[in-house]
Amino acid sequence: MSMNAAPRNFRDEELLADVIARLIGDVRHVAVGNASPIPATAALLARERGQGRPYVSLLQSRKHNFFTDGARELFDCAGQGRIDVFFLSGGQIDGQGNINLVEIGEHGHPKVRFPGSFGSAYLYYVVPKVILFRTEHSRRTLVPKVDFISAPGISDGNVYRPGRPIALVTNRCLFSFGDGHFTLVSVHPGHTVEEVTENTGFDFDKPATVPETPAPSAETLRLMREAVAPQLAEVYPQFAAQVFGTGTPAFAR
Amino acid sequence: MRFDMFQPAKSIDEALAIVTDGCMLVVPREVSGVPMAATRALIKRGVKRLHLVALPTSSLQADLLIGAACVATLETSAVSLGEFGPAPRFSAAVTSGTITMKDATCPALHAALQAAEKGVPFMPLRGLIGSDVLKYRDDWKVIDSPFGNSDPIVLLPAIKPDVAIFHAPMADPQGNVWIGRQRELAMMAHAAAKTVVTVEKLHHGNLLDDPVLAAGTLPGLYVESVAVAERGAWPLGLPDHYGVDAEHLALYARMAATPEGFTDYLDKYVYERRAA
Repeated sequence: MSMNAAPRNFRDEELLADVIARLIGDVRHVAVGNASPIPATAALLARERGQGRPYVSLLQSRKHNFFTDGARELFDCAGQGRIDVFFLSGGQIDGQGNINLVEIGEHGHPKVRFPGSFGSAYLYYVVPKVILFRTEHSRRTLVPKVDFISAPGISDGNVYRPGRPIALVTNRCLFSFGDGHFTLVSVHPGHTVEEVTENTGFDFDKPATVPETPAPSAETLRLMREAVAPQLAEVYPQFAAQVFGTGTPAFAR
Repeated sequence: MRFDMFQPAKSIDEALAIVTDGCMLVVPREVSGVPMAATRALIKRGVKRLHLVALPTSSLQADLLIGAACVATLETSAVSLGEFGPAPRFSAAVTSGTITMKDATCPALHAALQAAEKGVPFMPLRGLIGSDVLKYRDDWKVIDSPFGNSDPIVLLPAIKPDVAIFHAPMADPQGNVWIGRQRELAMMAHAAAKTVVTVEKLHHGNLLDDPVLAAGTLPGLYVESVAVAERGAWPLGLPDHYGVDAEHLALYARMAATPEGFTDYLDKYVYERRAA
């Protein structure tokens, strides 16, 4: 960060949620999976800005989850094209957009085992806008080639695939994804292109001049802190308390 | 038809008699009504070689059963303690190769159970093509859709569990079980040959007599046995009834991080042995 930078009036989480809310755009239905407080903040922010649009399904929530036909309904809904935006991550993500939620090392004798692929091996193919989100931006997470493909970034032309990754958001920058590779779009305040290159294990394109990710506006910060945070506290009490000072921590539930 | 032949089990152990060594057992995801009291009873009894199907994911339940050496094969999409971190006994078992892991993706498990519900041999599913999830599943096939033109699609064989087991808010004397909007519990029961349910309490009267309750009721036709287990999902939560015991899950995550700590956990919370 340059020495004369203005003091920041926002947290990293607020910046990332603002970036993601812009990527969501104007859609009908955004779904957010488990353990994703920042994407959940972004989805609720998009709904506040859209005065009730889009529908938001937070799968971990009682209140922000309207499904009544069991756990399969989300996937059937997505299969029909009724979910426009979803979020995926990975223990490893590679330059072709492949994600690994399963293991590091040789299959059958892995060195590290992650929880598993969850719904990724399906949702990546059928949700039109998949936003990849991984806060840890390092050569450990952003690799040349994943050890296990939970879900591929691209598919052969005859494979049914209305869905695809559109972007990767990290703690350092925003990449877009198209034609099977990533392009650096902007670098977050306090970070540099050199640092992004140094910490990325895969090759990516970049424009001659890489802009800085815009800081959240005063109105966005107000919406997040006043309207979104109290809703978030129901499902992510610890996160809401830590970032927004809202509600009581999880252990008091 | 007479329903008064249904008798609630006298104990959890009696209800669990149909869960035999080597059987295929389907259990619900961590937020749907996980029968934790019954899981502890199965471990105490020393059930072995289970083919555990977690629909579509699991947390503490799978980790405990795996750590206690009750599981030969695990079929699921993910096992994790969520905000309390990785599932340590699951991770250790997979890295050391002590269980056979059949990695899936959530909708594949739902679809394969739906095939069993309908009594058909398989179900097609989109996605999967080009993934290593598909690559390592010898039991899944890719065909060219007979209704398309060069349209490859995956076929999943039906999953027909021997037993489904879950915890629910209440059951009535006819064996009807109220599951509310946790409809995946009904899917498990439809797909499995037999179903065991633990409940918070017995409902006096017939759940199907009240149209509001009837919509969320699994008919006794599908239910083999019911046992009362108050707070039977603890330390996990039961939707709309009680939340997770976060302190206990954090304790579990710490203790289960090592084999010795896990043994201590079993002694204290499963076998309930008193320290000498």
